[in-house]
Amino acid sequence: MTPMTLMTWLAAAPIGIPALAACGYALLGWNRVTAWFGAAAAILLLASAIALAATGPGEVAWGLLRADSLSVFMLIVIGAVAVPAMLAGPSYLAAEVARGHTGPRATRRYGVLTQGFIAAMALAVLASNLGVMWVAVEATTILTAFLVGFRKTRQATEAAWKYVVICSVGIALAFLGIVVTHYAALHAHVPAAYALDGATLAAHAAGLDGGVMRIAAVLLVLGFGTKAGLAPMHAWLPDAHSQAPAPVSALMSGVLLSVAFYAILRVKVITDAALGQTAMRVLLVAAGLASLAVAAALLLAQRDYKRMLAYSSIEHMGLLALAAAIGGRLATAALLLHVLGHGLGKSALFLSSGQISQAVGSTRVDAVRGLATRAPIVAATFAAGLVAIVGLPPFSLFASELGIVRAGFAAGLGWVMAAGLLLMLIIVGAMGRHGRRMLLGTGPAQAGAEATPVARAPVFAMLAGLGACAILGVTLGPLAPVLRAAVTIAGGTP
Amino acid sequence: MSEGLYVPLLDLGCGAFLLAGVLVLWRRDLMAIVGLFALQGMALAAVVVLLGVHQADAELIAVGVGVGVLRAGLLPYLMRRALAASGEGRETQPLVNVATSLLVAAALAMLAYAVAQPLIRLSPTPATQAVPVALTVLLVGFFVLVTRRRALSQVVGFLLIDNAITATAFLTTSGVPLVVELGVSLDVLLAALVLQVLTTRMRAAFGGTDLDELRELHD
Repeated sequence: MTPMTLMTWLAAAPIGIPALAACGYALLGWNRVTAWFGAAAAILLLASAIALAATGPGEVAWGLLRADSLSVFMLIVIGAVAVPAMLAGPSYLAAEVARGHTGPRATRRYGVLTQGFIAAMALAVLASNLGVMWVAVEATTILTAFLVGFRKTRQATEAAWKYVVICSVGIALAFLGIVVTHYAALHAHVPAAYALDGATLAAHAAGLDGGVMRIAAVLLVLGFGTKAGLAPMHAWLPDAHSQAPAPVSALMSGVLLSVAFYAILRVKVITDAALGQTAMRVLLVAAGLASLAVAAALLLAQRDYKRMLAYSSIEHMGLLALAAAIGGRLATAALLLHVLGHGLGKSALFLSSGQISQAVGSTRVDAVRGLATRAPIVAATFAAGLVAIVGLPPFSLFASELGIVRAGFAAGLGWVMAAGLLLMLIIVGAMGRHGRRMLLGTGPAQAGAEATPVARAPVFAMLAGLGACAILGVTLGPLAPVLRAAVTIAGGTP
Repeated sequence: MSEGLYVPLLDLGCGAFLLAGVLVLWRRDLMAIVGLFALQGMALAAVVVLLGVHQADAELIAVGVGVGVLRAGLLPYLMRRALAASGEGRETQPLVNVATSLLVAAALAMLAYAVAQPLIRLSPTPATQAVPVALTVLLVGFFVLVTRRRALSQVVGFLLIDNAITATAFLTTSGVPLVVELGVSLDVLLAALVLQVLTTRMRAAFGGTDLDELRELHD
């Protein structure tokens, strides 16, 4: 065995640090000190991702991990969402405990499972073997099941059941797709030890049997698409994302969906080389437009603001699917920027929605009137998040959506883009209307004073995230080289 | 092992695998369904061991034994325990009756044969020619999942799908790499455990495990 180099340590850190934090929670439980383990682990994860970006990509450790630029970019997204989510954890759980919703056993489990969940996502983006990537994605389902069912109410139990059954079955199809790909690879004389290695498969893709790979492509898109919340396999998503505790919703919506979509990007490189671009394009355009349509239809009359945010995530996954369908450098760069922008914006929204629901005691839009006067700080972060997520400048989602649409028209998908733009317009209108109802107007008479003091740490983290999102709308700064290299890996020919 | 014995034994194993899957549709007694699932796990393990003997591959034989322990021993044990704790014995009212279900299974088998053609064409060995059997069980698993109303029946549907995918992996390529196989087995075991705990919670919250009761969440 080769000695552990700095590179190996750096690549193992994003998996190892949260795993260590999970062990810490298992041993010590959740208390005033350990509550901050999660935040510390998330900050270290982000730091190691940035260090990996600085040292440059490379092959590492046991032939199972590879930290190329695409993996590093996804690690940065995971870190950028995990930091605010984990900073919000202590105050969120303290409020839950104070209301008697939860006890010491549940908080310990929360600590273990959230850290395990982050470690599994890091493994999913670092795995070089498609099979290991699949195992990690399925592990996220298992680890988040009890987080979705955290409150043990009827609604939470129902959401958790649907979540586990639909996602596990869906993702099983993706595994069948991987099995079929493995079969095709072995018959195309790919060395057996590398027959599931993503990069090796991409290099040998032209030799893979077309008929077999066509089956694999459908299975892989259906399977990972279920986990990414693409319509028509999205039925679990609004339930699970609205029932989970706010920090977990932020992680699931902001980054877990994107990690599942990352899996589609990885297999798309292989199927595009084996089958040409059309096969995947048809599947992804259908799923993308269906997702936008479902989101638009159910956002119009939405009465629950956490469900509103969940449907907005379906919309954004639909946009990612359209961007992937277009392909090429501009669309892929816009896709990756969109993943980061959506993660930053959506996590801020879910975290502030958690503070709102704890203050108001309900997740109904109608229950939250006049938030701007009742709780100005929370209202400000929620409003800024809303502006970011509907794709208005100066936030980066404006730039990435513009990039996707421009690339789409250039690639001859004009009608698809026109339909997509119309649906997005409906969504902007619907979310703007719900947001206005929550923020403006006069609140109920008894709520004169601010109901709960707002915890400072998560507010700073959210503001930092939204600030980063706004800066990314203007300039990529030091991220530019990582993004450029990641685009090349994800199929944009240079 | 001689070719003369290998092919009939392989077909026998795959036949038992298919039969156990289809018979799940026939029985409504949940305990009997778990028994059939265990039987299917045994058939799957036997097929893997047979492939190992045929290829003189000791590792594959060991994996086959492992598959048997998990799918004929551990998973059925977990389900029996969950059933004993619940005291619910029967699938009350499947959405599709038994006779129709069996006819649907026949249609699904034909669909599986059609879909599997490109897979067989790539390498028409006796093992890959049995892939349609695995795909039939996959589709039957889906059918169980959407038409049965007890929580445990849905778990069985999920596990049938999983058995079918494992069978496909072994029939086409003698299995995925060991590290992946181990990870997948662990995931399946944990998913089954999670579902079992959720069933218990469901009984506490809803007073039963009839999935039609799950209608709290909607837009």
